[in-house]
Amino acid sequence: MPDLLLELFSEEIPARMQRKAADDLKRLVTDGLVEAGLTYASAGAFATPRRLVLTVEDLTEASPTTTEERRGPKVGAPDKAMEGFLRGAGVAREDLEEREDKKGRFYYARITTEGRPAAAIIAEMVPQVIRNFPWTKSMRWGSGSLRWVRPLHSILCLLNRDDGAEVVKFEVDGIPSGNTTEGHRFMAPGRFSVTSFEDYTAKLKRAFVVLSDEDRAEAIWHDATTMAFAAGLEVVDDKGLLAEVAGLVEWPVVLMGEIGADFLDLPAEVLQTSMREHQKFFSVRNPATGRIERFITVANRDTADQGATIIAGNAKVLSARLADAKFFWDNDLRIARDGMGDWRESLKSVTFERRLGSQSERVERIAALAREIAPMVGADPTAAETAARIAKADLSSEMVFEFPELQGIMGKYYALEAGLDAEIAAVAEEHYAPLGPTDDVPTAPLSVAVALADKLDLLTGFWAIDEKPTGSKDPFALRRAALGVIRIVLDGDHRIQLEAAISGALVPHQERIETDDTFAPYDDAIQALYDHGRDDDADALTQSVAENLPSWHDPERNAWNAGKALNLLSFFHDRLKVHLRAENIRHDVIDAALAKPPTDDLTLIVARARALQAFLDTPEGENLIQGYRRAANILTQAEEKDGVEYRYGADVKFAETDEERALFKALEAANTAIAPALKAEDFAAAMSQMAHLRGPIDAFFEAVQVNADNDIIRRNRLNLLHQITETCGAVADLTRLEG
Amino acid sequence: MADLTTPRSFQEIILRLQAYWAEKGCAIMQPYDMEVGAGTFHPATTLRSLGTRPWSAAYVQPSRRPTDGRYGDSPNRWQHYYQFQVIIKPSPPDLQEIYLGSLRAIGIDMDLHDIRFVEDDWESPTLGAWGLGWEVWCDGMEVSQFTYFQQVGGHDCHPVSGELTYGLERLAMYVLDCDDGNDMPFNDPDATIPLTYGDVFREAEAQYARWNFDVADTDVLLQHFQDAEAECARILEQPADDPKTGRHIIMALPAYDQAIKASHVFNLLDARGVISVTERQAYIGRVRALTKMCADAFVQTDAGGATAR
Repeated sequence: MPDLLLELFSEEIPARMQRKAADDLKRLVTDGLVEAGLTYASAGAFATPRRLVLTVEDLTEASPTTTEERRGPKVGAPDKAMEGFLRGAGVAREDLEEREDKKGRFYYARITTEGRPAAAIIAEMVPQVIRNFPWTKSMRWGSGSLRWVRPLHSILCLLNRDDGAEVVKFEVDGIPSGNTTEGHRFMAPGRFSVTSFEDYTAKLKRAFVVLSDEDRAEAIWHDATTMAFAAGLEVVDDKGLLAEVAGLVEWPVVLMGEIGADFLDLPAEVLQTSMREHQKFFSVRNPATGRIERFITVANRDTADQGATIIAGNAKVLSARLADAKFFWDNDLRIARDGMGDWRESLKSVTFERRLGSQSERVERIAALAREIAPMVGADPTAAETAARIAKADLSSEMVFEFPELQGIMGKYYALEAGLDAEIAAVAEEHYAPLGPTDDVPTAPLSVAVALADKLDLLTGFWAIDEKPTGSKDPFALRRAALGVIRIVLDGDHRIQLEAAISGALVPHQERIETDDTFAPYDDAIQALYDHGRDDDADALTQSVAENLPSWHDPERNAWNAGKALNLLSFFHDRLKVHLRAENIRHDVIDAALAKPPTDDLTLIVARARALQAFLDTPEGENLIQGYRRAANILTQAEEKDGVEYRYGADVKFAETDEERALFKALEAANTAIAPALKAEDFAAAMSQMAHLRGPIDAFFEAVQVNADNDIIRRNRLNLLHQITETCGAVADLTRLEG
Repeated sequence: MADLTTPRSFQEIILRLQAYWAEKGCAIMQPYDMEVGAGTFHPATTLRSLGTRPWSAAYVQPSRRPTDGRYGDSPNRWQHYYQFQVIIKPSPPDLQEIYLGSLRAIGIDMDLHDIRFVEDDWESPTLGAWGLGWEVWCDGMEVSQFTYFQQVGGHDCHPVSGELTYGLERLAMYVLDCDDGNDMPFNDPDATIPLTYGDVFREAEAQYARWNFDVADTDVLLQHFQDAEAECARILEQPADDPKTGRHIIMALPAYDQAIKASHVFNLLDARGVISVTERQAYIGRVRALTKMCADAFVQTDAGGATAR
């Protein structure tokens, strides 16, 4: 069975697109083959800067011939209908067959689709794949209309069998398929022909091209680490850079060079960032000192001078780059050692968001907020305020202007240079955390206070001006900020009344936008108030908005604040559900926990939810829930029927059976044990006490008819059911559970 | 043709590039006589990349970036510098190879150096233009930008132009092995009166840096911006039929001069630090609107391919 080899040879493909393009080529072509009725044993895809390559092994020679039977018009149908059917089926009238079924006598056509040779299928399908290739960004060139990532130069397409190779003939926009390709642009110019994938890879290697991106990356990493090790140094790991560099070369040659002595004192992060971003160099570290002392670059060729010219050139370019970095660093140090006043001053002229004011105003808000939050997380309020004031000063520094990704990191260095304590300096770096869902969260109390203040100011600000995330759009990364708050609070078991914190953080935004002639939309606030049963506030807000916007008075102001806070709080609840999904805590379990006040103490909510989920995962838990539901259902039905609520006054003296008396006793024992557990917020202990009720409840329902004829006994039993629901609902509102 | 001897001066590099591209058939043009931020602004590139008429030109363009001024003290930054620009429409299939030949022509030995094409998508918000291509690296240094224009002035480019831009100072410093650009020989170092790049430009750099950063009258500049903007629109509002000659004359080029002027004034205002972040976008949008109007007008002209269609 033949093998297919396809190579699309072009000008340099961006490194970041190569892997996906190779995978797309494999998927699209193999899908096309299968769809056309061919099968194959295996396929592989490769990419270099100048080529995408696909190999498919053991392809069937042709698609099978298939026959299909199609029912046509009734015998005696009008000619028009017959003609249409014959045309559609591609058969002649005399080829039709007549057959009788329940509905009458019909014509039938047998349509045979002849199998097609693999070459014909490929020749038709590959040009379509090329024309419709899913590049994220593609272009035209010259006078042509074909789109490719960069100009496409040649197409190699072969089917090879034991007895030789056949070119699969086709043409795309004037480019004919053939059996030739090129090797390395400089080391082996000129075209050569190939006969199979084996022949192709072997000849490429001789022409200084390593086909596999994995092989290139592996070779680079091996040579780099070996070279560094021989010098008593180590390469700083950087998988992203490795993949990129492997996509920039066809013939990787690893070279190591020195960093000028003038630059060795720059912070390691600055050296690394400058080398990686500008030059795509790996950093080489001295393990003893932690300093970055050398660089590794990957050239695309061997040279007669063993790379001496290339290293010298690269070292020179790096020196120019680092001279810039050092220039920034030296300038920045002057301002840092002077107390960073210039930077804080210049933040006044940097707009954070038009309606939310300057970066400087934002910093002041964060400082005030950090001061409020500090006592709740065990931080000193004054230190938190100081730390917040300097945490973003580096945004005005030259280094951060050049390398935005160094924000915070530079802030820490500069704060230390300004003579601030290490704990305060660390806040500059740590208050941005966590950035990603798996990032570490800050744990130092000062960093926690400022990180929370930073995120709450961001969230309340955008809530105030009604710029919330919608669908996939979240330009200000507000979901990330909310998740950050959740993770910091949970990680540190912090007890924060979030609603009050949000409400307080909203006030400065409120004061700011109140003077704005476009007062931020308030529909969400009104809706949130209605949702929380605060109809009077909602009505008042609606009315005053309709009458005299924007000159508001305290009652409306308070209602707006409360409504926005409730709306933001439910956003937190949504993010919490998403976050806890990873812990396998069901969303209805969280709803059950959220139904118990306070609904804004995240640590408490999660403690309830975790206890409930753990309980539900045990057989006792599941059974108790059944008993609870039975009690709740009977109770609800009775209350609806009688139009009264059965809440109080269950008395053991009206109990008629032992089971009833046992249940009274068990409930009393459980309540006595649950109360201190609740007080200690030991919800797992509280739930395990409830588990003891399972036996008595089951026995009660087994032995006792709740709706007894005697009204006193019936009422007493209904009140007893209420006690069951009360006791079982002590940790979470079990009616919220689904299923 | 390949001249593997190393050039000896800044001007020799320019002369060799001109000779090379002349031999490849380009019209060797002279710099545009207006202040521009980059060689792309020359109408030989922006406007000539529009329409269907074939085009092939190369030229040196003195360029000004006021914010890059360092009073002549920086080894590699100047507010006034040179770009060498090549524009060929339609882009020939072997443009990469022809380009590499130009590097050989200025003495870069491909057997010893590492040349790489590194992704760099080009976009000019003020020109309403974008293209795909690369930065060309020689031993880790960017020596050229290589772009296939896809859109200019909001118009799809059809056919596509290939554009090459060489940053001459940086390239020359590399080829001539100079660490400080001011020390780079401008003319032949053995000439009776040898001059360095610094001899020629250092004084000017200091004077312009002071004017750009601290002295330029911002009120006057703001007025210039508005004047250029208004004049550009006024020119294009004129009826195409000239009442005096009776000829059909669309004045895309004079209008485009006003767009260039507005763009440069904006750069000066930026260097004076009087444009806030939010205003910045608005100014860029206003310049883009001008270049787009000019592009719209140019494609109505003969040179823009209106009759060739």
